[in-house]
Formats: sequence, structure tokens, C-alpha cells
Amino acid sequence: MGAGFRDRRMSAPLIRMHDISKAFGAVRALSHVGLSIGEGEVLGLVGDNAAGKSTLMKILAGAHQPDSGTIEVGGQAVVFHGPHDARGAGIEMIYQDYALVPALTVTQNIFLGREVLGAWPLLRVLQRRQMDERAKALFAALGLRVPSVSSPVRELSGGQQQAVAIARATGFDAKLVIMDEPTANLGAPAIAKVRDTITRLKLQGVAVILISHRLEDVFAVGDRFIVMKHGHVVAAREVGDTHADEIVQMIVTGADPRRSAAPADPKP
Amino acid sequence: MQLPLSRFSFSTTSKVYKLARLDHPVTGPSGLNQRARRLAVLSVRYGTCIGLALWLVAMACSSDYFLTTINLLNVARQTAPIIIIGVGSTFVMATAGIDLSVGAIVALVSCLTSAWLTDGLTASLVVIAVIAVGACLGALNGFLVWLGIPAFIVTLGGLVSIRGIAFVYSNGYATPITNPAILWLGRGAVLGVDAPILIALLVVVAGVFTLSRSQLGLHALAVGGREEAARVMGLPIGRIKILVYGISGALAALGGLVLAARLSNGSPNAGMGLELDVISAVVLGGTSLFGGSATIIGTIIGALFIGFIRNGLNLLDVNPYWVQVVTGIVLVAAVLLNTIVNRRVEQWARVSATDE
Repeated sequence: MGAGFRDRRMSAPLIRMHDISKAFGAVRALSHVGLSIGEGEVLGLVGDNAAGKSTLMKILAGAHQPDSGTIEVGGQAVVFHGPHDARGAGIEMIYQDYALVPALTVTQNIFLGREVLGAWPLLRVLQRRQMDERAKALFAALGLRVPSVSSPVRELSGGQQQAVAIARATGFDAKLVIMDEPTANLGAPAIAKVRDTITRLKLQGVAVILISHRLEDVFAVGDRFIVMKHGHVVAAREVGDTHADEIVQMIVTGADPRRSAAPADPKP
Repeated sequence: MQLPLSRFSFSTTSKVYKLARLDHPVTGPSGLNQRARRLAVLSVRYGTCIGLALWLVAMACSSDYFLTTINLLNVARQTAPIIIIGVGSTFVMATAGIDLSVGAIVALVSCLTSAWLTDGLTASLVVIAVIAVGACLGALNGFLVWLGIPAFIVTLGGLVSIRGIAFVYSNGYATPITNPAILWLGRGAVLGVDAPILIALLVVVAGVFTLSRSQLGLHALAVGGREEAARVMGLPIGRIKILVYGISGALAALGGLVLAARLSNGSPNAGMGLELDVISAVVLGGTSLFGGSATIIGTIIGALFIGFIRNGLNLLDVNPYWVQVVTGIVLVAAVLLNTIVNRRVEQWARVSATDE
């Protein structure tokens, strides 16, 4: 799948995953899955539990390694040995549980793994003030509010913790931000805030992949749906070309009603 | 009082900003209430400190000898190995781990030191070699922990087998150490400051810096705070654990050298039960057993607390078996204070602050 959509923006896709398979022991989590996404595109990745959405995205974020298949960034094949490589390639993931360390401060969490260090070769001192200043500037630029960048994350509310996770994912020139259920467990104002964030990223040319159970979020800010079931891609649909009932039907049945042959061909 | 407790700065952990937050001006009708709450929170948080201070005052009143310079230096000298090794254990505990093998490493290093000196190695070479041995054993611990074996089991195995190696190597005999350069480590002095105290101070300065200002210290806290988050942020978990346990092993070796030098012999029985003193000191100091928050200054206070309780009860002619009983009770009480009571009081303070 995907070739037709790939050229939608008249350019090589920003990210392309091709023929990805992954098994955990005897469980086949993904079989021959592919997807591609262009700059500034917002993709809604939907499907039932255990459809393989999170596994696919964790592979893209470097947290899992695929058994087979390739990933391309800007047309170049890449191999991610760990999350560090993926972040280096501009791919950030906002995990459902935000993946923050509760005992560390907001600044320490934002810079975790890419701390600003002093220049002395043997005594590379953490530049704490500089990082605090940059974290403050980051929140100001994002229009997100946290009480203090030097408070430990455990003292923040759920919404504030998400703001920290968003700041961390978007503050370092990301090309693609993956959001895993960003609107689950949030109130209406917080959901609006997340949608604003996605729209802003889109305007900046950042691609966003949205894993969500809430189809209305994808209809509100997304460009395209990809439906998954049992480790396969069922279908892809432009947001303007479909409606919620069709998506729900595909999520439940795992078949694309617009194809004559019932179950969908898993091969791209 | 001889010990300037108030001048210790608690600059290593999360405690700094918590204090800063509490200092914010609060607009409320009852400033008195506010002050009482703050006092309650602080007195629980620095419970060990206050306990130590009270103990020092009580001892000063009941024994004329207690506050003499000779006695205080004696306690400091005896406590120095616990502090040296405790700095390493603070890092291990920051990663939510535990190192039970340090006492055994002390014994092995003690035997190796006397044997290698007898074999004709120079003092400096022996120092480097035994610290390398400690670092390697620690790194092996860290590697096994990284593989997923619980730290408690890995280092319990180390406790048993490393001491076993010490017994095999020495045939169970203690052998004397006569090399003056090595003996200096336990008995020498610079400008009136004993060498063990000096070494402990140097280790503490390096430890405080590493924990609060270096990437390794921060990453150790992150791994201990929530390993899965550290992993998806791309931190090299394996390297961090190997380094942290390696540091603990190297410092155990250094502590073993100091101890062997003070006793002027290498014995496979050296450091028996020392791991428990070290862990007690770290926990008494307020480092969380569950990782994520750690304080080296706290570890010093914990070690001194243990030292002064032993010394004081000794001076009061208390049966040494009772000393063990008291030390154990103090440890459990301190953990109770640091965990459950601390959480309750902070919760209460927060809730009543928002009520106003």
C-alpha cells in the first residue's frame, strides 16, 4: 500500500517503513507492514488492541528492532539500534505513560540523554543553569505552562506531565513526532491543547503519527487514516474520503469494504 | 558542639528545590500555621540529622571524654571506611540496586595486599592492582544485574563467593603488613588530619560532584527512578549499571586498603558484616532504597550516626550486644521516618496548604 499516497505531497516521503515483520516468541506482532509519511502530514494510526500499532511505532522510535524490513528517512535507509539512534534521526515518541522519571526535575527529564555538558574534556559538568533557561524558553515558545522547571515531575498534574513530554519531543528539531494515545484520560480543555499542538507541528512541517482510539481527534486534525488489525495494515483512507462508520467497520472486521476480495492483502 | 551540622549543605538531590519551594512566600491568613507545617516537614526530612544532634548533646552531657578531640577523631577514623564504601553504595542505591559484596571485597583486597607486598610488589603497584580487582568484581556484578538477575541475589552470591576466594587464597590465615607506605593509608596523617579521614573526604568530594554534576550521576538517578523511561530515552542502561557497580567495587577495595592498613594485617575475616553497616549508613542518610533519589552528605551523616552510637554506648559501658540491638532499631526507625512518615507529613502539609 501507500504508493498512491506517498506522492501526495509531490516529494519523497519523509519516513518510509517497508515490509516490517516482528515476532515476540511465538506471537507474530507484525507481518509485512509498511507505511510512509510526508512532511507536515498527520497520520492517524487506528486499530483494535493488539493490532500492532504500538509495536510498529516502537520500532520506528528505536525501542524495538524489527525481525525484517527496512526503514528510510528522507530516502536513506537507516538502522536504529536503540531509541538514541531514532532520536538522532529526528524521530521522537510521546509514550502513553509519558516515559518521564518522576524523581527528576522537569529540566532533567527534558534533557535526559542529551544533556548540555561543559567543555572540559575529563570533567564534563552538567550545565544546569543553561538547561533550565532553555527549558523555560521551550515552554514559553510552545505556550505550555508548568509551575517550575526545577520541580520534580512527580509533583505535576497529569496534564502538566504531558506538557513536559510534548516539550521534550518537540523541542529538539524533530522531523516526526509519534503520539501514543495522547488524548486518553484527558479533559476537554487538555484535548483541545493537544490538538492545537498537533496543528502547530503540522504548520512547522513536522510529521505527526497519532495512535488513537478517538477517531474524532484524527478527523479534527489528521490527513489520513491507517487501519491495522492482527499485525496487518487493513487499509489507508484520506480523512476527507471516509467517515467514522467505515473506519470502525474496518477496525472490527479487519477487511476493506472497497476491495472485492475479503481479507485485505497484507503485502504492500 | 564540635560538629558544625548546620553547615552541611544538602546539595546533592531533589531536596534542594523542595526546600526552595517551601521558602516561597505564602499568602494565607495563618503565617504561624504555615511555619508550623514547614517545621514539621523539615524535622521529619532531616530526622536523622536531628537524631544525631540529639545523640551528640546527650552523650556530651553524660560523658566527659565524649567531646574530646581524641575521641571525635577516633570515631571519624573508624567511620572513614564506611563513608568511603558508602559513597559507592549511594550510587548503587540511586539505581535502585544494592551491593552486598563490599565486605567480601574488603576481605579479598586485604589478603591480596599482604600477599602481593610479600611477593615484592611496590606499594603503589599494589594499590593500583587491588583497586582494579575491586572495580572488575564490581563491574561483573553490574553486568549480571544488567542481565536481569536481581541485584540482591547477584551481590549475595558475591558476598559468599568472594569471601570464599579470600579464604582459599590466604588459607584462612591473617598475615601481617609491614610496608610503611601502605600502613600510612591507615595510620598516617597530613597536617594533623588522619589519612583515612583525608581519603574519605577526597572520595566524598568526588562523589558529590559525580552524583550532582555529572552525566553519570544523573543517569544513575534516572535508571533508578524509572528504568523503562531511561531506556526509551536511549540511556545506555548496561554501561551505567556496570560503571556504578564498578565504582562501588573500586571504593570497597579502597576502603579495604585503609582497613587493612589500620589493622596492619591482611585477613580473610576483614570486613565481616561491613556491607550491613554501609547499607545502614546510606539508608539512614535518606537515600531511597527504591532508587531515583540519593544523597552523599546524608550517607556521611548516616555513617557518623552509626559510629557515634557505637562509640557512645561503648563509653557508657553498655554491653556490646545491646549496641547491636540499638543500631538495628535506629535503622528501622530511620527508614520508617524517611519513607512512610515523610510521605504522610508532606501530604498533610500540601493538603492543608491548599485548604487555606
